[in-house]
Amino acid sequence: MHKSLRITGLTLLTTLLLIIGALAGGCASSQNNSGSAGQAKEQAGEPYQLGAVIDISGNSSSLGVPERDTLLMLVEKLNRAGGINGHPVELTILDNKSEETEAVLAVKKLIEKDVLAVLGCSSSGPSMAMVNIVQNAKVPMVSMAAASSIVEPVSERQWVFKTAQSDIVTVKKIITYLKAQGLTRVAFLSMNNTYGDGGKAAFTAAAEENGIEIVVEEKFEASDKDMTPQLTKVKASGAQAAVVWAIPPSASIITKNFRDMGLSIPLIHSHGVGNQKFIELAQGAAEGVILPIGKLAVASQIPDSDPQKKVLESYIADYQAKYNTLPNSFGGYAWDAFNLVVAAIEKAGPDRAAIRDELEKNTSGFVGISGVFNMSPADHNGLGVDSMVLVEVKDGKWQLLE
Amino acid sequence: MGRNKIFTKIKKPFLWPACVVLFMALPLVVDSNYITSVLIVIGLYTIIVQGLGILMGYAGQVSFGHGGFFGLGGYAVAVLTTRYDWPPVLALLAAIALPGLVAAGIGRPALKLREFYLALGTMGFGILIHTMFNEAGKLTGGPSGIAGIPYLSTGGLVFDSDIKFFYLVWAVVLLVLFGINNLIRSRVGRALRAIRESEHAAETAGIDTGKLKLKAFIFSALLAGLAGGLYAFYVTFVSPAPFGFNASVQFVLMAVVGGLGTFFGPLLGATLVVLLGEFLRWAIPLVIPGAGGEYEIVFFGLILVLLMIYRPEGLGTLGKILTSPGKKKPGAAEAGIPGGGRGYEVN
Repeated sequence: MHKSLRITGLTLLTTLLLIIGALAGGCASSQNNSGSAGQAKEQAGEPYQLGAVIDISGNSSSLGVPERDTLLMLVEKLNRAGGINGHPVELTILDNKSEETEAVLAVKKLIEKDVLAVLGCSSSGPSMAMVNIVQNAKVPMVSMAAASSIVEPVSERQWVFKTAQSDIVTVKKIITYLKAQGLTRVAFLSMNNTYGDGGKAAFTAAAEENGIEIVVEEKFEASDKDMTPQLTKVKASGAQAAVVWAIPPSASIITKNFRDMGLSIPLIHSHGVGNQKFIELAQGAAEGVILPIGKLAVASQIPDSDPQKKVLESYIADYQAKYNTLPNSFGGYAWDAFNLVVAAIEKAGPDRAAIRDELEKNTSGFVGISGVFNMSPADHNGLGVDSMVLVEVKDGKWQLLE
Repeated sequence: MGRNKIFTKIKKPFLWPACVVLFMALPLVVDSNYITSVLIVIGLYTIIVQGLGILMGYAGQVSFGHGGFFGLGGYAVAVLTTRYDWPPVLALLAAIALPGLVAAGIGRPALKLREFYLALGTMGFGILIHTMFNEAGKLTGGPSGIAGIPYLSTGGLVFDSDIKFFYLVWAVVLLVLFGINNLIRSRVGRALRAIRESEHAAETAGIDTGKLKLKAFIFSALLAGLAGGLYAFYVTFVSPAPFGFNASVQFVLMAVVGGLGTFFGPLLGATLVVLLGEFLRWAIPLVIPGAGGEYEIVFFGLILVLLMIYRPEGLGTLGKILTSPGKKKPGAAEAGIPGGGRGYEVN
């Protein structure tokens, strides 16, 4: 009797833990209406198969859900407009639960289904796990994750592309600003994780090249509640500007501490604070913060002459009409990945190798949400400094600087 | 609970080899990399759950930390092959040895804990290891992990395709099954079962329970490390994510679903959980487009509850009844379940 109770208890405990795990990871997902991929069946052409492996549930679901919503919206729109050269597109979206093993199995399933290309994943880990498989199977893959190691070195990643900006793009934007303002002595503060480390490595290298001296370098933890000690060193160092590489809430806390200490030098953040949450949590301290950001956040402010203006506005309008909320940059990465592949199939036809060649050689001046893509055999991201703009926080809103 | 089955199995000397041969021919017949890789993943999990089965089903000790041992094996291979250029086979041996050593170190204090306290203790250990993978900086590559792990190769043989890897993994699974088959019928196996039934009684009978529990713990860690090493060679990329707490829970789930203390339980459990996951991943979007893994959890929960109600001993005992249809159905007491039919009392 005692033992049966124990096994029963154990099973209950396991169930409970599973449920807790699911709640912790999967809550962020939203209900979506059924934009069925196969609606345009009556059309003459044989459907083209595309696949996507996305982090819909699990740790990265906040990235994956807008991506999935964007893809469902786009494929429905494309098929309503007649598909690719008269062929409807059947897009199979599989969830990898933000796990690498699951991503491996999912992408193999898609390759068996003879998809022309694979979109995904949302985060860097699962994307990396898929790289070796698409390389061996010779299937083009377009990732929506940030790490530059997904596409580099290109000589070992011929079949892999990605649509999210790498750190170096953001860094260049900041360096350009510093130089234009004549600020040569800066303080660099970063959070102690992959995001902060990536930014630090890229910034340190670029600063050296451009004759900018980093006079003080400090780190803080993502969970820290007070960064006054680090900022005291900044104050003593005589830096002309402070660059912070972090995401909220720690980015908001350091901004508050910065104002509380009466520091008056310019405060520059990374694109990691590019959502409204940062401004809310900083409670007014965010005023005057300068940061690089994708153009989607300031679509209404960029000049009409900007090549991206029309694309951005139509994406925002479509997304708002369907989901009644504003799209974010993650959805933008999915928009780019999908449309890059569709454009390549349009010209190259349903052939994996031809699609890869088309993506690499003939993607130039492709106007997307994250920027204007110019792929080359040496660059499988294809985004330049012009893919971002500098903004200043004014009255709790992003204000374009240029 | 798995005693009778082993004896019935011996009476059918040709049935099992035939099954094995048929199974091994499967990837050649179906010619699908996807199905082959699903079978590889099942094989990898089976190796871990076999070890966990000895620990939980025979020694009666639970562990929610085996994701950590799995990860230690994976990272041992990744670090040694990419950072120190060790030959793959040596790295795989290290992947087995390292978790074993760690288990030997933490085993003695940890196994002083009982039942739910032990569950929490091992859970803490698993989380600790996972945090270490995230924070060890250059050594483990932090959250970005380590890419570029070479294929496993020995002599002229390179395991660079799914089919080759399938045979490697399942050869290991068969070896482990064979070893465990011998182990559970040995004196050690009987002593372990005695501990599960009652630790005090076992001690009275002269069994060094502490030492045996530690041995079972180390054994299960060795197997988890072996599976982790093979995993790293298969995916050629590791990051902390697959070795977290969720993995540990999944392994326990497989062991419980398969049936604790049954010979084929671990194999059944791993197969069922992986196949069900794959089926649901495929089936759910057909019903609800774009839906994700959160619906799978509902199904898994439902299945666990149903299993609890109708077959609390796990599926392994179902197999026992099915494989000996000519014989009278073994009663609960005969099947090694004390207090006959206790499962139905729970209802």
